[in-house]
Amino acid sequence: MSQVLDREVLDKGYVVPEVLVSTQWVADRLNDTDIRIIESNEDPLLYPSEHIPGAVQVDWTNDLNDPIRRDYINREAFEKLMSRIGVTPQTTVVFYGDKNNWWATYAFWVFQLFDHTRAKVMDGGRLKWQNESRPMTRDIPDHKPTRYQAPERQDAKIRAFREDVLEHLRDRGQLVDVRSREEYTGERLHMEAYPNEGALRGGHIPGAANVPWSRAANPGDGTFRPAQELRDIYVKEQGLTPEEPVIAYCRIGERSSHTWFVLKYLLGFGNVRNYDGSWTEWGNLVNVPIEK
Amino acid sequence: MGKPGQCPDREIGSVVIPEKLQSLLDTMRPIDDQNQRVQMLLDFAGQFKEVPERVAARPFPDKHRVPFCESEAYVWAEKQADGTAKFHFAVENPSGISAKALAYILGRTLSGAPLDQVVSVNPDIVSAIFRQNISMGKGMGLMAMVQTVQKLAKDLMRETRPS
Repeated sequence: MSQVLDREVLDKGYVVPEVLVSTQWVADRLNDTDIRIIESNEDPLLYPSEHIPGAVQVDWTNDLNDPIRRDYINREAFEKLMSRIGVTPQTTVVFYGDKNNWWATYAFWVFQLFDHTRAKVMDGGRLKWQNESRPMTRDIPDHKPTRYQAPERQDAKIRAFREDVLEHLRDRGQLVDVRSREEYTGERLHMEAYPNEGALRGGHIPGAANVPWSRAANPGDGTFRPAQELRDIYVKEQGLTPEEPVIAYCRIGERSSHTWFVLKYLLGFGNVRNYDGSWTEWGNLVNVPIEK
Repeated sequence: MGKPGQCPDREIGSVVIPEKLQSLLDTMRPIDDQNQRVQMLLDFAGQFKEVPERVAARPFPDKHRVPFCESEAYVWAEKQADGTAKFHFAVENPSGISAKALAYILGRTLSGAPLDQVVSVNPDIVSAIFRQNISMGKGMGLMAMVQTVQKLAKDLMRETRPS
């Protein structure tokens, strides 16, 4: 049942529609044991305040990041996480969260570093589910732990490091800066209403197009815009070519995960990487090129 | 910053921390069970009451907005007859549960405290309350709530100081 396609999503014309499901699709499968619903938010108190029945929390700070290095968890930690939340390689994980699925797509992206491809995002996330008055609970589910075995983390296909960005820059490759216009121009060093997390320089990586991540979402309910509207933004307006490699970045790689998801799956770009070092790294690096 | 769970103010000998805040920090310090701590914070968030209309109404003016707080928090200080202040808050982002919990804590423990003590509260109480479970950005936003309360207390002290 879990692999049945979702008509509501199919109608939006995406290249890889299998990665997105509607709130109704999720509501119809709350008791499906082949599915694990995962909530990922910025605020760790949001999930315990209430969540979709049966959903588990994966916290980006504590569950997905290495506690010491600025890096993601390794294979062993990922196996522990998946075992704890009762997931097997056959389980379809469905992510949702606040802020139009910022953190949901971020968690989705990290899961792809370990090749857990049975993964989907619930369109509209937490906001849409709540707006539709669907059930929420404070009950923490008691899923039976598993013994998940994961492959070693594979960064190369979907993650870019600074050396990759420099090489990409030399090749005049496509870059998308998904931050706000003010951050892109260097007028601000941080998002409006967010603190500066330490960038010394403002501006953007030379040649990067500026498409704030939120343009991909419908402001009313946080769902992704239909494929044609997305194509109008990224391909027609910005001139990005789906056949050429592209690297997306933001401040720490979370907003750009949203854009990575849009370009890779919804629009079918062949080679999309997320530069998670993003501006908190580039804006502090000595002697790298910056444009304002 | 002190070790997680320690009250950072205690490391600064000369600072007197408001009594109610000290009491709350003392209560929270031994709670190592994460679920218990989360439930306590949720309970605080549940008791949060928004600024009354007699103090402020929407649209809230920007000058009361906490800078760098993505939960869209606002703070007001209402001067009391005894020279202290009652602190009021609004949190416009419905997902800002941590901001609501902190607003409740600050409103409950700093209202009625001597203003010079409020001014001296160390923003690192955020790490003592939430421990290491929040991101850097989130922590900075919550610390900005404490700093905004301090600023309002400082402004009130300046107003009441004889010239």
